[in-house]
This record gives sequence, C-alpha cells and structure tokens, in this order.
Amino acid sequence: MVTSGPGATNAITGIADALLDSIPMVVITGQVGTSLIGTDAFQEADIVGITRSCSKHNYLVRRVEDLERIIHEAFYIASSGRPGPVVVDVPKDVQFAEYEYVGDIVTEHKTYKPILDASPSVIADAVNLIKNAKKPVFYTGGGVINSGPEASKALRELVELTGIPVTSTLMGLGSYPSSGDKWLEMLGMHGSYQANMAMHDCDLMICVGARFDDRITGRIDAFSPNSKKIHIDIDPSSINKIIQVDLPIIGDVKSVLNDIIQLWKDGDCAKEQPSLDPWFKEINEWRSKNSYDYNKTKDIIAPQYAIERLYELTKDKDTYITTEVGQHQMWAAQHFKFEEPNHWMTSGGLGTMGYGLPAALGVQVAHPDAIVIDIAGEGSVQMCMQEMSTAMQFNLPIKIFILNNERLGMVRQWQQLLHGSRYSSTYSEALPDFVIMAKAFGCLGLRVSDPDKLDDTIKEMLAYDGPVLVDVMVEKHANCLPMIPSGASHNEMILEDVLADTEVSDAGKRMV
Amino acid sequence: MTNDKHTLSILVDNEAGVLARVIGLFSARGFNIESLTVSEIDKSSHVSCITIVTTATDNVITQIKLQLLRLVPVHSVVDLTLGPPHVEREMALIKVASVGQKRVEALRLADAFRAHTIDAAVDSFIFEITGSQDKVNQFIKLMIPLGLVEISRTGIAAISRGSEAVHDLED
Ligand SMILES: Cc1ncc(C[n+]2csc(CCOP(=O)(O)OP(=O)(O)O)c2C)c(N)n1
Ligand SMILES: [Mg+2]
Repeated sequence: MVTSGPGATNAITGIADALLDSIPMVVITGQVGTSLIGTDAFQEADIVGITRSCSKHNYLVRRVEDLERIIHEAFYIASSGRPGPVVVDVPKDVQFAEYEYVGDIVTEHKTYKPILDASPSVIADAVNLIKNAKKPVFYTGGGVINSGPEASKALRELVELTGIPVTSTLMGLGSYPSSGDKWLEMLGMHGSYQANMAMHDCDLMICVGARFDDRITGRIDAFSPNSKKIHIDIDPSSINKIIQVDLPIIGDVKSVLNDIIQLWKDGDCAKEQPSLDPWFKEINEWRSKNSYDYNKTKDIIAPQYAIERLYELTKDKDTYITTEVGQHQMWAAQHFKFEEPNHWMTSGGLGTMGYGLPAALGVQVAHPDAIVIDIAGEGSVQMCMQEMSTAMQFNLPIKIFILNNERLGMVRQWQQLLHGSRYSSTYSEALPDFVIMAKAFGCLGLRVSDPDKLDDTIKEMLAYDGPVLVDVMVEKHANCLPMIPSGASHNEMILEDVLADTEVSDAGKRMV
Repeated sequence: MTNDKHTLSILVDNEAGVLARVIGLFSARGFNIESLTVSEIDKSSHVSCITIVTTATDNVITQIKLQLLRLVPVHSVVDLTLGPPHVEREMALIKVASVGQKRVEALRLADAFRAHTIDAAVDSFIFEITGSQDKVNQFIKLMIPLGLVEISRTGIAAISRGSEAVHDLED
C-alpha cells in the first residue's frame, strides 16, 4: 500500500519485478480526489497509465460502490492463472466514502478465465513420449513453485516413477530437492555443466512451468537440437514464443503432473521404459567435471566458500534465503542447497538490485520464527538499506549477509569479458562502513575477512536475537563460473577462469 | 516464413482504458498496426469490437492473439484472414478542390467509383467512398492530380460471411 504520486511511482520497479517473475501481488495506491484527476493536482500521477504495461491488470476505483468488487477481483486475478501484480488506484474521496461491505469473494470473472486442466489426449501423448525416451530431462521453473507445494510433490513423485533427471531455472530451485539423486543442479548461463549438456543432448525435454528465457536457452538456433519438447504452462502465450515445441500442454502444473502420474501408474509404463543407465553414464561423466568447483583461497574468503559455510551452518534450521542481484546471487543459487519449495526468493526476470532486503522483511513477517537471510552484494544492499529501520521498527530479526567484493562484481565480470577489462564505474572508493551503518540503525554489525573466523561469525549472526548485518570481505576479482558466454550454446560453456581471453562474437556482444 | 496481412477482430469489455491496453500491447511487443477501428457494438452489455489489420509471420500472429487474450477485458480474438470467409470495407471522406476540366473529371470518376458527393461548393467537393481498401486507395490516387486536398479514412471494418457469428458471446 503506497501513497499517491511519488509513493506510487516508487512502487513501479517492484510491480515490474512481480510481473516478470509471475508473483501474485495486490498494490493499493492512493490517488487524488476524483474531481482533481487530470488537473496536475498535488502528488497526482497517472498510475493506471504508468502501470498498464507492468501489471497483470489495474483499476482506478471511481465510485465507492465498485470498491468491494474491484478489491476482490484484484486478489482473484493476482493469484489465479499465471499469477502477477494487480494495481488498484483509490482516489481520496473514495477512501473517505462509506458503503456497505457485503463480502462476496470473487472466484470467477466474465472475461478472464485461466485454463487449469489439460485434455486427456495430450496427457496420453505426453506419457507416450516419456515412456519411449532414452535421454529425457525435466526442465523445471518458477511455475512449479507458483502452482503450490502440491506441484513440487507431484514433480518429485513423477521423477521417482520415471527416474528422469531434473534441472531447474533460478526461479524453480527447491521444487526438486538438491539432495535428490536425479538432481542435475540449475541450468542456464551460470548453471551446471551437466544440466546444460543434458539439455543440449537430450532426446526429450519436459519443460514444466518454465518459459525458455534467454538466460536459459543461450543461442536459440543451437538450443537442444535433437530433442522432442513437451511444454507444460498455464499461460498459452508462453507456448512457441521463443522455442517451438512438439507437445504444448496448457494447464496448472499441479493438475497436469498429477494427470500424467495417474496415467503412468495405470499403464504400468515403467515396465516399457528403456533403461536410462546409458544416459546417466553420460550425465555422470559431465558431473565429474565438478563445474561449480572454485579456487579455495587460503588467506582470503572465497565468496563461494562463504555461501557453502552459511549453508552448512543453517541447513538444520528452518532457513529462508533471499538475494540481491549480481554474482553473489548466482553463487547463492549454486552453493546453497534447497530441499523445499518457497525457501528461495530472488529477482529472476527483472534482476532487480535491492530486492533482497525488503523481500527478507516480508518473509520474516510470514515466518516469524524462521531464520531469514538476505545474501547480498555491497552494491545491491545499498539500494534499500533504509529498510533496516523497518526491521527494527517491527522486530524482524533478518540477517543481511553481504559478500563484499568492493565491486559491482557481475558488471565487472562482463566488462572483463566483453570490454577487454576496461573497467568503468564498477569500483567504488566510497563504500560506507557497513558495520557502523548497521549500528546506526540499532542492528548488530559484524565484519569478517579471515576464512578461519568465518564460521564463528556466522554462528554469532545466527545466535543474535535481532537484525544483523555481516560484512564478509571476499576475494575481489572472483568470476562467476561456469558460464555460457553471450551468443554461445549449451555445449559451449566456459568452465575455467579464462574470461579475459575468451572471444565473444560481435553478434554475441550485442545480443545478451 | 512470410509476412502476411491479417485482419483481427477483437471483442472487448468497453471499460475505461481498454483501447490503451490493446494498442499498448502492440507497441510494447513490437507488433505493428496498419489499421485500427473501434466502436461499441452492444450498449447494454458494454461490448466493443476492435478491428486491427497487422502484417506478420504466422508465429507472430499466434503470439499477438495469445497476448491479446491475456488482457483481462478481452473476450475473444478471431483472425478473420485465417477463419471463415469474410468481407472488409473501409469508408473515406475525400476533399477535392479544382475548377474547370479537372472538376468535371473528378465528378466523373467519383461516379464511376460510386462515391457519393456529400458536399459541394463552386470550387470543391467532398466525396464519400466505401469499399475495399484497394478501391479506396485507387480512388485517392486518381484524385491527386485532380486537386486532392484532404482525406479522412475510417480504417477497416470486417465481418464473416454467412449466418454465424464468429465471436461466441455466450459467456
Ligand atoms: C537496479 C539495478 N541497477 C543496475 C543493475 C545492473 N547490475 C546487475 S548486477 C550489478 C552489480 C551488483 O553488485 P553487487 O551488489 O555488489 O553484487 P556482486 O555482483 O558484486 O556480487 C549491477 C549494477 C541491476 N540489476 N539492477
Ligand atoms: Mg559486489
């Protein structure tokens, strides 16, 4: 809920973020009185106009008689179908007007009708493809999370039944457990070697609630050239938007997966399946490259090591992770292990620096007794630093875990790769002293730069009953690897740190 | 894959801002609009029909349709070019100012094209012409040397042939 004019325009980035990651959200914005609308009144902004292209839907409530219906509709539209943000702009006079509240919850809409169930014939086609595949792979995404915990359960069951390996986008982490033996790790630009190679070489790709984003596909014309593709998505416009698929299945992930499971069991399909052993043999060879490996520096904390230790020291607790955007985000995705859905909140589609801290506050409100950690970069964390005051105000004991490389690391990495190491504006000589800053807000501030003291610092952070900021001084020029460079395909990953010598084609430089 | 011209008929709830949503979608996603007409067709149920002519490949046309259907106030989208046989008409008002032989020739051509003369002064005419876009274009071309001053065109209105409605308005 935000005030009119500047309050509402400040919410735009968050709204656009929710749209790209399909996050249900209702934003109520104040507006000047109806008689003043259109007169350039004090703190007036055309919010319905401004948010039209970055919201799933929006409303200007002109009459109090419509308020109840619109609010209920807003929640229904935000949370059903492919979820997204809905903006309700409420003029001041409507806020003050009185009208009877009936309480009719909206569960359908005249024109907006999401498709939830797929037809039996496409389910049968899917089962047929799956049971005949020799090199199948599940490519899962945020849609599995959005479909609810039941969808993750169904995914796990189907993987168990079919024995098919699973990879996930950044947004889908946790839907299949990291500890599962079919887990290939994340795919895409900074995904694992085995996940990307499996995508490239598979004969059947089963895309579940993912949308072939450019960070996932790499070069389109070289994307998984020899596979049949099944695409399960609740949004018909996602089908064939980027990649042409052989079998589109429009419906809610949970319902579609359960239908497939049912038919698979009824037909005793596992019996007819070819052995996947040769496929896993190939996969295990790719796995043996250990593409997430990194240089464990002795005197300096490697950023990946910091995440690994954070994971080890929190894995037995009820832990939720949010992130900012940059290298630290990718390292968190690679090295923190997620066992359950909805424990990982990150800005994927829009890539919004500043997301993690306010998101952590929201998660902490929802889970007061959980450990909520914002894995941050020193650049991103400054975007919404003021929210530490909110943490104090509402007793939200969030932990801000900064991987401080004194660099806008991800941009520096790209300047190294694409601009011949001509670094520009990615180094700040004017960083605040985060420990003093934390204290200024009344939070606990800690700093660590010695790898041997890292564990104790993390333990101190976890033991403190209140908001904590930990400034972890890490290796300054570590690169986020492995990486599919711009304009390359899944089987052309860079595994070692050779970024300075990597040739990127001109087309590639322009593309990504 | 070829770029073809398609005529889309879009039924929408006639609520505030609905046209902005539709054309905003076209500009945001880089689709083009060659012609656009919009008018309420059912006052009691507040339904409007938007007719858009666009040129794109088949894949892009499919995307346009599916993206339009994501908009909450959109009832239905029909690609008349791919659908049942249909007719398209456009109306144009054309002002021509000339005297003497040119004036006579303009009037003669207007007659041949079955354009109506809806305003006449000693040195000008306004013609109203209705027909296919080609016919209207052709007529306008002929008027250029005969003193064409100004044009106002409606854009294309289109409807399917036969007894059936293309839009299912049941729900
Ligand atoms: C609001 C915003 N501005 C700019 C960017 C572009 N950008 C992506 S990552 C990044 C650097 C982030 O630096 P930091 O938070 O220190 O993370 P690091 O990469 O060093 O881990 C920038 C500037 C962005 N994603 N969001
Ligand atoms: Mg940094």
